[in-house]
Amino acid sequence: MVYTEEYIKEKLTKELDAVHVEVIDDSDGCGAKFSVLVVSDKFQGKPLLARHKLVNSVLQEELKTIHAFSQKALTVEQWKK
Amino acid sequence: MNSLIRRSIYPLYCNNFKISTRYFADGAVKEKIDQIVKNNKVVVFMKGIPDAPRCGFSNAVVQIMRMHAVPYESHDVLSDENIRQGIKDYSNWPTIPQVFINGEFVGGCDIMLQMHQSGELVEELKKVGIKSALLTAEESKKEGA
Repeated sequence: MVYTEEYIKEKLTKELDAVHVEVIDDSDGCGAKFSVLVVSDKFQGKPLLARHKLVNSVLQEELKTIHAFSQKALTVEQWKK
Repeated sequence: MNSLIRRSIYPLYCNNFKISTRYFADGAVKEKIDQIVKNNKVVVFMKGIPDAPRCGFSNAVVQIMRMHAVPYESHDVLSDENIRQGIKDYSNWPTIPQVFINGEFVGGCDIMLQMHQSGELVEELKKVGIKSALLTAEESKKEGA
């Protein structure tokens, strides 16, 4: 299964009630390397590690084949700054 | 009839056996990792070695550690397939590198980078009795001024 930017964006947006998601495929299309920015109030009050684990858990299946994954997880307030 | 039973039972038995040996293997790996992360204040699981990282993310963590002059123990997951998978199960984290401070999983490359930028890393190191080189540099600057 090769994942696309759109697929990942849609899944993160839906599962995390994200108000803003940016997904960049850094793999030149092979689908194994992604960077994401997720803005969601579900991160409110959660430390960095918990936020990243939350994102990872949404993409649990996908991360078995995506081997390089970089993320930024911000609350709406942090993102506006 | 006998052979029928054998045919239907044997695969089941075989499967169970596999599951139990895998369970024991996982237990041994977990114990080994437990010891590794508790043996040193700072432990990094990475691809390659600090002098020759074999992945950009691992390299970034090495550079951060170098900036703070943190003494740490590194483990090359590429040289041990058991650890490579085992560490992901151990910390419930899907990627390498992984950083442990005081036996606790702190994060991968992104988190280390953000903790470095926010100054949180200096504080975390302080908690375990490691003084970041960046802090030392800042202090001597203040003294000079």
